Amino acid sequence: MSDEWKPKILGMVCNWCSYAGADLAGSARTQYPPDIRIVRVMCTGRLDMLFVLKAFADGADGVLVSGCHFGDCHYLEGNYKAAKRMFMVKSLLKNIGLEDKRFRMTFVSASEGVKWAKVVEDVVNVVKSYGPNPIAGFAANK
Amino acid sequence: MAEKKVTKKDAAQKTAKKDAGIAPNMAKEEKKPRIGVFICHCGTNIAGSMSITDVQEYAKTLGDVAFADNYQYMCSTPGQKKIEDAIKEHNLTGIVVAACSPRLHEPTFRTATKEGGLNPFRFEMANIREQNSWVHMHDSEGATSKAKDAIRIAVAKAALLQDLIPKSVPVEPTAMVVGAGVAGMQAALDLAAAGIKTYLIEQEPSIGGRMSQLDKTFPTLDCSQCILTPKMVDVGRSKNIELMTYSNVDSVEGYIGNFDVTIRKKARGVLTPDEAEARGFVGGGCNGCGDCDAVCPVIKPNNFEVGMKPRKAIYINHPQVVPLIYTIDFESCVKCGLCVTACGDKKAIDLEMQDELIKVKVGTAILATGYDIFPIEKKEEWGYKKYENVISSLEFERLICASGPTGGHLVRPSDGVTPKKIAFLLCAGSRDNTGVGKPYCSRFCCMYSLKHAHQIIEKIPGAQPYLFYMDIRSFGKMYEEFYYRIQDEGAKFIRGRVANILEDPETKNLKVYADDTLLDRPMELEVDLVVLASAVEPAADTNRTRKLFGVSCSMDGWLLEAHPKLNPCGTTTAGVFLAGVCQGPKDIPDTVASAEGAASAASIPIHMGEVELEPYFAMCIEDKCAGCGMCVKLCPYSALDLIEKDGRTVMQVTEAKCKGCGTCGGFCPGGAIWMQHFTTPQIVAQIDAFLVGGEQ
Ligand code: FES
Repeated sequence: MSDEWKPKILGMVCNWCSYAGADLAGSARTQYPPDIRIVRVMCTGRLDMLFVLKAFADGADGVLVSGCHFGDCHYLEGNYKAAKRMFMVKSLLKNIGLEDKRFRMTFVSASEGVKWAKVVEDVVNVVKSYGPNPIAGFAANK
Repeated sequence: MAEKKVTKKDAAQKTAKKDAGIAPNMAKEEKKPRIGVFICHCGTNIAGSMSITDVQEYAKTLGDVAFADNYQYMCSTPGQKKIEDAIKEHNLTGIVVAACSPRLHEPTFRTATKEGGLNPFRFEMANIREQNSWVHMHDSEGATSKAKDAIRIAVAKAALLQDLIPKSVPVEPTAMVVGAGVAGMQAALDLAAAGIKTYLIEQEPSIGGRMSQLDKTFPTLDCSQCILTPKMVDVGRSKNIELMTYSNVDSVEGYIGNFDVTIRKKARGVLTPDEAEARGFVGGGCNGCGDCDAVCPVIKPNNFEVGMKPRKAIYINHPQVVPLIYTIDFESCVKCGLCVTACGDKKAIDLEMQDELIKVKVGTAILATGYDIFPIEKKEEWGYKKYENVISSLEFERLICASGPTGGHLVRPSDGVTPKKIAFLLCAGSRDNTGVGKPYCSRFCCMYSLKHAHQIIEKIPGAQPYLFYMDIRSFGKMYEEFYYRIQDEGAKFIRGRVANILEDPETKNLKVYADDTLLDRPMELEVDLVVLASAVEPAADTNRTRKLFGVSCSMDGWLLEAHPKLNPCGTTTAGVFLAGVCQGPKDIPDTVASAEGAASAASIPIHMGEVELEPYFAMCIEDKCAGCGMCVKLCPYSALDLIEKDGRTVMQVTEAKCKGCGTCGGFCPGGAIWMQHFTTPQIVAQIDAFLVGGEQ
């Protein structure tokens, strides 16, 4: 094991666009850093704000939520609803003093493999610039 | 209201709890999970980037894992057999396969899980190929640790998976095809021949699409109209095809087997004989006599002739139109009423006609919305729309066609003189990385430009075609031979992209400047006419239509197939298929083949009579529901309602309407929504497994 600190980043993505986009990055062999772990849901609309907060409480250094572009959600408008909630997550994070840029919501379509790789790379870089999650272990100690 | 659930007695599902699909056990299972983990090498695709042994040894250490194994190709028959055997031998309760994407092989392994005697939904996939080994090819350590985490996350979910029973729904035995070009017509004809009632929707007043505008087809030099007309007539005649021209799709609701489509039949101002009869004018309606056309005072350009011929406000595009019914262009009509008088007793004209909305129910749908020509004037250096004698290839087709505006005599727009020296610019707007044109190859321009060269050599004595090309892509059957033939006929080929075109203001001749890359020198050539083999792009209405059907598109707007190699006609919306160029540029043989593929695919659910829907629907945990009704407003499908039950208000789900997005579950403040297969405990377990190592 190398000693370099590896951030723990949780990605929650929708099945139809972003997961497919990530698959496309794979078939095109577009390389990106391996610091993200994916939880797949059918639509970003499924995502409860608590999932994101839980992840940070559990010690995630960053969280990425990615869905279809507006107007392209497989279920019409799940991503609008998700985006609204995710805005709230951002302000909550700010309120508790956590860098809100550790959390990001993006829109990556099934044909945007290169964009997916770019998004992950960006998120990894941002999270690395902040270093470990200061509230990590909160859940364990409580 | 909820549709009656079609329960199918399936022997293989005998292990499933009887009513698991309707009312799952929302409580935790008593039985301790015993998960089997199977790691695929995928040859070296996965094994080349990570240590399979390490990953397997790690999997064995996870609390819920009862068995772990690996195999060269898990999707092969012996690989699947491993799963089936292990379920029995180790008394497994859930399966995790770490391999490629679930979007590829989830169905395969679900079947294996079922064959082994478990409910197929007790399967979870860890994607360690597309989202791991292929994107971390040079970081074995990173890939290995990511794979371990992915398996830990998948095992956490698998431990909480439950038996689910897919809902079977009956399939409406009708189909819809949107777009009646050669692709749409072929698809509709095939469906009709298979005994399926098909609605064929065309936004133009007549069918035939782009192919009906072409003169000859390559490489056989068949006359395009001659081979297309019989198909058009068949479409008009087929008892199983309900043709709706001058119509488009207004809205789509429902799901595979049960799409409710609203079609907007635009007011065409003219009644068909059937419509006339319905209004009580027996023997009336339009018979295509053209008496109205003769008296109409309004003159407009005819788009079918690319604006090179006039038409009236009441018009047909060309003499062979199917259906032979006139149409009033109400945007230009002055409602003088001369046509009404001319039509007389046939009473075919109704100047007050309004758009009509028609609702139909179909089981499957095919999109065949075709293409438009890229507005090549955007490439300013070639002077299209600035210099009269620079024309597009579609204009060339109409000018060289015997039924076209000049009766098939190719002339220069500036002076009506027959051109002798003609330059053809290939890849005009295609393979263009400047950001102005299209990055892709439009695929049929090389071949039709060769055909154009042949046509002028044949028709105009002493004519000399010059083809400016990047590469000649003559990939099809007998295409390369055709290329040689045109070379032998004397066409001149210059390998180089045209940098600039200037017009001689006196003669209206054109000076073409290019780099001859084979001779490695700049060149200048004066010609009488320039033909731009313009790129193609998705037809104007494609984006609106695709959204109605929930179909994605690729970055350049072409509709996205379910899989580029293995499912080129399918889409990610079950029951919706693609035919022809709307999926990407295709020549006629490929278009027809794709249409036949789409028709075959679209007929399968109809012939099966019922389809299984994934049982990912929401349910209400009534104990927790406070009846606030937030979810009812969130649901995009109106699947949720508040009901009174035992003196309380609770939410109720209409399963048949629920599509399983989970938007309700993502919001419910009381955690009262149970989103099958994506339950809150399952997702939380996945998050925990990743970040705090799960139950370890
Ligand atoms: S399906 Fe992708 S965000 Fe809704």
